[in-house]
Amino acid sequence: MSRYLARYMVSRYFSSASSRPLHVCIVGSGPAGFYTADKVLKAHEGAHVDIIDRLPTPFGLVRSGVAPDHPETKIAINQFSRVAQHERCSFIGNVKLGSDLSLSELRDLYHVVVLAYGAESDKDLGIPGESLSGIYSAREFVWWYNGHPDYSCLKPDLKTSDSAVILGQGNVALDVARILLRPTTELASTDIATHALSALKESSIRKVYLIGRRGPVQAALTAKELREVLGIKNLHIRIKQTDLSVTPADEEEMKTSRARKRIYELLSKAAAAAKTSKADPDQRELHFVFFRQPDQFLESDERKGHVSGVNLQKTILESVGTGKQIAVGTGEFEDLNCSMVLKAIGYKSVPVNGLPFDHKKGVVPNVKGRVVSHTSGDISQTEPGLYVCGWLKRGPVGIIATNLYCAEETVGSISEDIEEGVWKSSKAGSKGLMQLLEKRKVKKVEFSGWEKIDAKEKQMGIERNKPREKLVTWEDLLAAAAN
Amino acid sequence: MYIGIGLDWSDPVRYGCEKFVGTSKNKPEGFRILLVKERKKKSAEILRRRRFCLSSPRTNPKSSFTPFFHLQALLSSNLSKSLKLIPLGGAKIMVFHRLSRLGSRIVKELPRERHLPVFGMRILHRSYGQYLQSSPMLQRQTRSFKEALFSNNHKFCTSFSTTSEKGGKETEKINVIFVDKDGEEIHIKVPIGMNILEAAHENDIELEGACEGSLACSTCHVIVMDTEYYNKLEEPTDEENDMLDLAFGLTATSRLGCQVIAKPELDGVRLAIPSATRNFAVDGFVPKPH
Repeated sequence: MSRYLARYMVSRYFSSASSRPLHVCIVGSGPAGFYTADKVLKAHEGAHVDIIDRLPTPFGLVRSGVAPDHPETKIAINQFSRVAQHERCSFIGNVKLGSDLSLSELRDLYHVVVLAYGAESDKDLGIPGESLSGIYSAREFVWWYNGHPDYSCLKPDLKTSDSAVILGQGNVALDVARILLRPTTELASTDIATHALSALKESSIRKVYLIGRRGPVQAALTAKELREVLGIKNLHIRIKQTDLSVTPADEEEMKTSRARKRIYELLSKAAAAAKTSKADPDQRELHFVFFRQPDQFLESDERKGHVSGVNLQKTILESVGTGKQIAVGTGEFEDLNCSMVLKAIGYKSVPVNGLPFDHKKGVVPNVKGRVVSHTSGDISQTEPGLYVCGWLKRGPVGIIATNLYCAEETVGSISEDIEEGVWKSSKAGSKGLMQLLEKRKVKKVEFSGWEKIDAKEKQMGIERNKPREKLVTWEDLLAAAAN
Repeated sequence: MYIGIGLDWSDPVRYGCEKFVGTSKNKPEGFRILLVKERKKKSAEILRRRRFCLSSPRTNPKSSFTPFFHLQALLSSNLSKSLKLIPLGGAKIMVFHRLSRLGSRIVKELPRERHLPVFGMRILHRSYGQYLQSSPMLQRQTRSFKEALFSNNHKFCTSFSTTSEKGGKETEKINVIFVDKDGEEIHIKVPIGMNILEAAHENDIELEGACEGSLACSTCHVIVMDTEYYNKLEEPTDEENDMLDLAFGLTATSRLGCQVIAKPELDGVRLAIPSATRNFAVDGFVPKPH
């Protein structure tokens, strides 16, 4: 309690007493970046925050990850815009850490650098055939249909067969399954990228298999998304009744988590309903396949270098203590034919030069958001002025709201360090960054540039009866921003 | 940046429109702006339409009456503290679309005089309504405007007084106590029918509302500190439960603030705002069994 009181008093003291400018740079403009900016601005009256992002458009995965048919999730953009428009805050887009400027240069310019650039890579399965064409990570596919400028040319093959396999049963897996199976008439009025809508209109995919190596009780998806997909019209759900039997260990897991219990009940209801529905030739099907892990990808005989199926091994669950169960192979195999595989098994962060990185966990080692340079025994040596927030700090888990508390913790650490007078030197801050970018001829995009892109997209959207028509190439985005 | 539409009240039947685009720094001289924090509603659509502000003009010596109108949100007395007024000359009414930069500019008090003739209101509404029809941007706001104007106007029919507290029929309020992240207690009064998220925002309490009440996030998560009060609340819907499942620091008496509507039985309820510093694990916590 006294700790809270002390922190409260200190932050009040410093917010009123410190008019000495505190220069903060946040790398990454997704939820983690914006929540951190918001809290820093509120906690310190002398703080000036610059949010940089390698894309000309801000908001990170809220813009490029949230599915087009989930517009209510994107409302958070309103709040983030207000933060960006704060007089002590600036958004600077099209600036890439690692190529336009280095981490050490950034640390020289700012008192505080917070890395919140998330996870732009994927976990690998490490099984044979992973490099065959037709196998994409879900992240690439999501960025493709959301009009991310790096993936607008992906051109996934949706016409070779009627089956697609998705490895993983989290919300991202459900998102891509839904986009593949939703009638395109419903997608036409969302902000889905036009090239994706055209491709989906010609798609022959009618069956999507969601493969999970464990059972329905362990599925990583959440109730809201499951409810949504179970409610899609003319979409038939297939779940094997045998997969739904629960063991005592499963019961334990459900007791500790009300979410899991609710998901299991939803899946059971769906399985029961599926039995009564008739098969119909042109129907769209979503199969939940449990207790299977991919062993290798099969190459097509007709199209060399292209995937034609997945070889799956049956699994059973083994307890590893503390209520956790893992999947263990049984040695029985089966094949599943498909023309496209999407790996939705998790994201991975990408390190930059000069940044300590834990390659095993795929995160930056940290203690409450302070980056750790090395650990000897119990003592962790932290890097002064360097912090992390979001997926780069915790791993690629959680929802948008999770970043709220993550940011609170990181900003708490920043405030504590300020209290201890860690930085007394003056830094160049924004001015220094602008000079550096000028020198390097970087075409930065400020928030007003994003507002021009936003206005243009909305204008184009009105013409097509969509909330917005996204600009999907770097050239288009930069041209609209400079207009 | 905002777009303001000026209505000249020297001739209340016909009106002139003046459109200008400016920033809050270079607003034209002599304009009075009444900044009203709009009501939060479940649908994002309605919320955006209502993001505008009106002003109440001083008495214009040229006109025989001074019309004005308020949004429904003005009726809460808490809001009266959050209105900012800048002197208006020439009796112009400004309507600002998307004015608030930091969520809401919460500053000063209402001016002393507020003249509330009803008939003026109606004529004003008609002329404003005509204007609204001509503007595609504000077209959709007409209906919500009408709602706002006439739903609670009984309050203003009889009142010529200065504050909204005095008046014909006062909206009943209940006492709500927020316990924030630092353990500090904040006592507020919430009108019956308002949801807790909205009430928190009107009182500058740091309760996030990322999806602005659309049941698409869990950032307005509050913990009802007494089980007795928790039991008085309506059962959460499936949609609310789905979002609560993901809430940080979930407890057996957790609810989403945007779904808790103030009613007389909740007078004196204490709501805690979950915090990372409250010994909840930031990642991988296990919620208590429900």
